[in-house]
Amino acid sequence: MIASSVSTLVERAEALCRDLRLQSVRDWKARTGGLAIGYLPVYVPRELLVAQGILPVGLMGAGADLEIIRGDAYYQSYICHLPRSTIEMGLDGSLDCLDGLLFPAICDVIRNLSGMWQMLFPDKYAHYLDLPQNFDRELGGRFYRDELETIARDLAARGASAPTPESLREAIVLYNENRAVVRSLYELRAAEPWKIPTWELYVVLRAGLVLPVTEHTTLLEAYREAALADTTRLPMDQARVVLTGSFCEQPPLGLLKTLERAGCYIVDDDFIQVLRWIRSDVPVEGDPLENLVNSLLDDAIASPTRYSDQDEVGGELVERVQRRQAEGVLFCAPSFCDPALLDQPMAVAAVERRGIPWTSFKYSENSGQFQVIREQAGTFADSIKLWSEA
Amino acid sequence: MKPLDTTVVDVLKDGSQIRQKQMIADHYARLARARETGEKCVYTYVPGNLTELIRGFDLLPVLPEINALQSGMRGKSRDYIARAEKEGHSEDVCTYVKCDIGMKRSGNIGPTGERLPDPDLLLLSYTGCFTFLKWFELLREEYDCPVAMLHVPYQGDGKITDSMRRYVVDQLRDKIIPALEEASGKAFDLDRLRESLARSAQAEDDLVWVLQSAKNVPSPIDAYFGGVYYIGPIFTAFRGMPEAVDYYRELRAEIEQRLERGQGPVTPDGELESERFRVVVEGPPNWTSFRQFWKMFADEGAVVVASTYTKVGGVYDNGFRHDPDRPLESLAEYCLGCYTNLSLPTRVEMISRYVQDYRADGFLINSVKSCNSFSAGQLMILREVEKRTGRPGGFIESDLVDPRYFSASNIKNRLESYFQMIEQKRAGGGQ
Repeated sequence: MIASSVSTLVERAEALCRDLRLQSVRDWKARTGGLAIGYLPVYVPRELLVAQGILPVGLMGAGADLEIIRGDAYYQSYICHLPRSTIEMGLDGSLDCLDGLLFPAICDVIRNLSGMWQMLFPDKYAHYLDLPQNFDRELGGRFYRDELETIARDLAARGASAPTPESLREAIVLYNENRAVVRSLYELRAAEPWKIPTWELYVVLRAGLVLPVTEHTTLLEAYREAALADTTRLPMDQARVVLTGSFCEQPPLGLLKTLERAGCYIVDDDFIQVLRWIRSDVPVEGDPLENLVNSLLDDAIASPTRYSDQDEVGGELVERVQRRQAEGVLFCAPSFCDPALLDQPMAVAAVERRGIPWTSFKYSENSGQFQVIREQAGTFADSIKLWSEA
Repeated sequence: MKPLDTTVVDVLKDGSQIRQKQMIADHYARLARARETGEKCVYTYVPGNLTELIRGFDLLPVLPEINALQSGMRGKSRDYIARAEKEGHSEDVCTYVKCDIGMKRSGNIGPTGERLPDPDLLLLSYTGCFTFLKWFELLREEYDCPVAMLHVPYQGDGKITDSMRRYVVDQLRDKIIPALEEASGKAFDLDRLRESLARSAQAEDDLVWVLQSAKNVPSPIDAYFGGVYYIGPIFTAFRGMPEAVDYYRELRAEIEQRLERGQGPVTPDGELESERFRVVVEGPPNWTSFRQFWKMFADEGAVVVASTYTKVGGVYDNGFRHDPDRPLESLAEYCLGCYTNLSLPTRVEMISRYVQDYRADGFLINSVKSCNSFSAGQLMILREVEKRTGRPGGFIESDLVDPRYFSASNIKNRLESYFQMIEQKRAGGGQ
C-alpha cells in the first residue's frame, strides 16, 4: 500500500469537516440502512449508539462557511453563534439525514435548543441528555444509567437495534482504539509540535464526527504515520502554549492557522473533546453499560461544563501546562459562552498563582478578521521567548 | 411618543407590600446580627430553594440573586458590576453573578447597608440555570466553607420521571441533609420538616388564589410588578414559616377586599382606575429601573394579569403543593418543577394557557441579556404563542441589574407601539 501524504489526508479530512450537508452520512445511510443520530458538544456516549447500529454524528456549528439568515431570527444578539448555525442547517435541510439529535447538558443555550428542536422538527428524535453533576455511583451513576437506558429504548423504538452486552463491548473496544490513537497524537504533538500542526490535527480529529469510528481510527493512524515520515517539517523557535476555552463553538480554521503563524505551538487544547472526554480505556469486562457510566463519573476530563467538586478550578489546566511543558496559556473562548467565560476568572487565578503567562481573546465561529488576534498572540509569544525565565 | 417621565417618586404601596418589605428588612437585619447571635447561615438560590429544610436546622438562608436584585433597585449594582469586570469577569456573562462578586469584594455590604455574614455552607441547588453551578464555584473561591451540591435534572421531555425524582430524593437524603446537619450541628427532624411543609402548602394555596384573582376583569392585582412583592416571602426566607402563612392569609384578604370594591391594582402612581390592556409577561423584570418600567405599563393602563417570572421560585398554579406526607419527594418535585427547569414546549404551553385563561390582549417578552436560561429561545416562544393564541406578542430587551442595558426611551417606544397595535386590532375587530 502506498502511504498517503499528509496533504492528501488532511484535504480529505477538511472536506469532511466542511461538508455541511453531511454527504458522507447520507452515503453511510444509503449503504447500511442504519439510523444516524446527531449530537452537540461536549460529550455523548457514542459507544451506546454504535452498539445499536447507529452512526453518531457530531455537530459543532457551521464555522464561517454558511451565511446565517434564518438562524439569526431565533436568537438575540447576546447569544453565541453555534445554535444559530445549527438552526440554519436544520431549516435549510442540511441535517435532514439525521434521524434525531442529542443535546448534552452543557449550558442553558444548548439545553433550550433541545426544546426548540422538538418544536421545529416534531417527527425527529430530540433528547436532552442530562449528564450527572453528582459523581457518586449510587446517585449520579444510577441516574445516568437510567438516562442511557431511556435513550436506548427510545432509539430502538425508532428502528435501531437494542444494545446487547456483546454489541456494547464491541463498541467500547472500537472507541478504546480510537481514544488510544487520539492520545498518541496529542503526545506526539506535545513532543514535536512542528510535526503535527494544530490546524491539521484539528481537521483530522473533527472528521471523526462524521466518520464511522473504525474509518476514523484508520485515518488518524495514517495521518500519524505520514506526519512522522515527513522530514521537511523542522522545529522553529515558537512559544509552547495550551489553548483553552474552545470546547463548544469552534474557532475558524483560519484562527488556528493565525495563532501558529503568530509564533505559538499549541501543545494542548480543548477541541473536539468528545474524542477525549474519557481519559483512558473504558473497561470491557463486566457490565459494559455500567462501565460506560463509571468511566464518565470517574475518568472524565475537567471541564467548565462539569461541576468541579472540591478541587481547585483550573487545577487540571495547570497540570496540563506542566505536563506538556507549556510556557503559557491562551484563553480562547467564543463570545457569550457562559461555561467558558464564567470559568475563566478562576482558571486565570489558578495559572497566575503559578506564575504562568496568559492572554485572552474571544471569537465567533464565523469570525473573518484575525489581525488583532494575530498581533496579540504574536506579542504574547514574543514576550515568552524574550523574557520568560525558562 | 409621549415624553419620558423620569421623575423618581415614592411608590404608593398597599398593606401587604409594606408588610413584606418589613419581613425582608427584618431578615437582613437578623443576618447582619448573625455573628453576634451565633446564628449560622446558608447561601443558596431562589429556584429550587430548600427553605423548609434549611430553617428546620435553624439556619438562615442568604440568596445571592435577591442581594443582587436589591442592589439593582438601590442603585448599587453598577459599581459592583464594574468592579467584577475590572477584576476579570467577562462583560458577556450574568450580571447577577458580577453584582454579587463585586458586592463581596466591596465588603459584602448587603442591600440594607449592613454587612452580610460569610456562609457556613454554600448550598448549590442546581435548578434550571447552568450559571448557578459556576456562580457557587466562584463563591467557593471567596469563602472558606463547605459546599453541598444538589443536581436537579432538567425536564427535557416535559415531564418528571421516577428516575429524576429518585435522584433528587437520594441526594437530599445522602448529601444535603448530612451537610445541613454538619453545618448546623443539629440532627435532622422529620416531624419538624413535615410541619413546615404543611405550612408551605397553606401559603401556596393563598398565593395561587391571589395570582388567579387576575382572571377577574378588571384585575385587582398586577401579577408582574405587583407580583414580585407577593412572591417575596415565599421565594426568599419564609416558605414553611408561620410568618408566611400569616402574610399570605392577609394578602388574600386584602385582594378579596379589592375585588369586592372593584378596585384595580396599585401602581407607582396609586390605584389604576381604568384597565385598558391585559397582558401576560414572560421573563424577569429589570431591577435598576423597576419603577420606571412599571410606570410605562401603568401609564398605558396596562395590567399584567399573569407572568412567568412569578413562577421562577416555584410553579404552584398547576396544582403542585409541598406535601407533608411525602416530604422529600415533594421537595424534589418542587425543585424539578420550577419555571426555568421546564422545557421550552412546556413554557410555550404555559404562556399560551395564561393568555387564554386570563383573557389577555396579548403577551410581552422582556428578554434579559443576563439570563440565557430564560432568554435563549424566547424569539421562538414569541412565534409559537402568537400562533397558538392568535394574540399579538411584543418583545423588549433589557437586563436584570446592569443599568447599561436599560434603554428607557427604546423600551417605552416599543411598549407604546405594542399597545397601539392592540388598539388597532380591536378597532379592526381583531379581538
